[in-house]
Amino acid sequence: MTFFENVDWSDIGQACLDTLIMLGGSLVLTILLGLPLGVLLYLTGKGRLIENRLANGALGIAVNILRSVPFIILLIVMIPLTVLLVGTSLGVAGAIPPLVVGAAPFYARLVEGSLKEIDRTTIEAVQAMGATTRQIVTRALIPEAMPGLISGATVTAVALVSFTAMAGVVGAGGLGDLAIRFGYQRFQTDVMVVTVVLLVVLVQIIQYAGDALARHFTRR
Amino acid sequence: MIRLRDVSKTYPASEAAALDGVSLEIPARGVFGVIGQSGAGKSTLIRLINALERPTSGRVEVDGIDVAGLSAAELRALRRRIGMIFQNFGLLSSRTVAANVAFPLVLAGVAKATRESKVAALLDRVGLSDHAAKYPAQLSGGQKQRVGIARALATDPDILLCDEATSALDPETTRSVLTLLRDLNRDLGLTIVLITHEMDVVRYVCDRVAVLERGQVVETGTVTDIFANAAHPATRRMLAALAA
Repeated sequence: MTFFENVDWSDIGQACLDTLIMLGGSLVLTILLGLPLGVLLYLTGKGRLIENRLANGALGIAVNILRSVPFIILLIVMIPLTVLLVGTSLGVAGAIPPLVVGAAPFYARLVEGSLKEIDRTTIEAVQAMGATTRQIVTRALIPEAMPGLISGATVTAVALVSFTAMAGVVGAGGLGDLAIRFGYQRFQTDVMVVTVVLLVVLVQIIQYAGDALARHFTRR
Repeated sequence: MIRLRDVSKTYPASEAAALDGVSLEIPARGVFGVIGQSGAGKSTLIRLINALERPTSGRVEVDGIDVAGLSAAELRALRRRIGMIFQNFGLLSSRTVAANVAFPLVLAGVAKATRESKVAALLDRVGLSDHAAKYPAQLSGGQKQRVGIARALATDPDILLCDEATSALDPETTRSVLTLLRDLNRDLGLTIVLITHEMDVVRYVCDRVAVLERGQVVETGTVTDIFANAAHPATRRMLAALAA
């Protein structure tokens, strides 16, 4: 008996592909939603460019609520919305909406945090040059915060990897699902080991690539 | 000419007024200093001129135009005529020296070829031509402030606001930056308004000075007059600190 007797490599391959699709798709959408949301959280904050207590408070509460719902619950309560958005609550497509809704508020907070790090004098200087608010955001705030925005996306991507592991609940497949169904429920330790090793490798690659990209944009 | 008429400013969070009934006339083409200790209201005062701060009451006029009455677009146009430099420089760390100087021109939609020749001339003017491709983090404090000055001059302003521009610099670098400011005033006819807590700066570069204490102008006149006949205790105190 060999150790890997239970491992069906084509299943593993499919699971890898599913995980990567879920991760890639949800990460792109998370950034597309989370970045503007984070910018708005920042801009409407006290003493910022478009200070607005009401908007800031409402956004903050919405973000906090979404962040406090455990992802496994979010997967389930979002089923009607997911069906509305992608036509199904099942499979890889069905996993992406809850993944994005779970991760975008998280990324938005990280974006807000990176923007808060920017020296106030720098923003004031750009304002004093006669920049519009849009110019301040696109040409000063985002380029200045770029290393932080990339590090935040990296942290978010790693969190998404662990979220995808739970997406098996809606039949999304992926490595985490394989680990639970075969490795845990059928006591196939070898499947468990292979999937976990692959997840570890995936996270390492994400972290390494994210760090390298952030370094590329760092000028300090 | 910049004119403040009975300007007061109170911040929502504090009960004491940052500025309390300030009236000032700042003549064109001169170097005007506003001196005061920290908390005197200098920072607020200089920010009223380009409307980074709005007065609670009173009027701020630049060439006869009420700054508070401008539309957003008009205010942006006015700000291009008013350069500003800062104690902490306010350079964009993600952009090179040349890109920092070009930045106000990018915002104003100036064509690339025009930008490049302009940036080269400005860097030459402040003596940083060799550092065009460096990032701010690679420069000394004095060099950073020179980049700040070149950047502030990019849109050919006729007013330059200096917010404690030499306070983060050592005495020798301070001198060289002040000398540059004085030369710019002379060569370009630039109106310079600077705020500082150091009498030495006022003596070295200003023609006229206003002494600010607790939000009020307690004394104003030519630098020669103020140094010879300081009337107010606040002024005397700062002169004494200089002599010590």
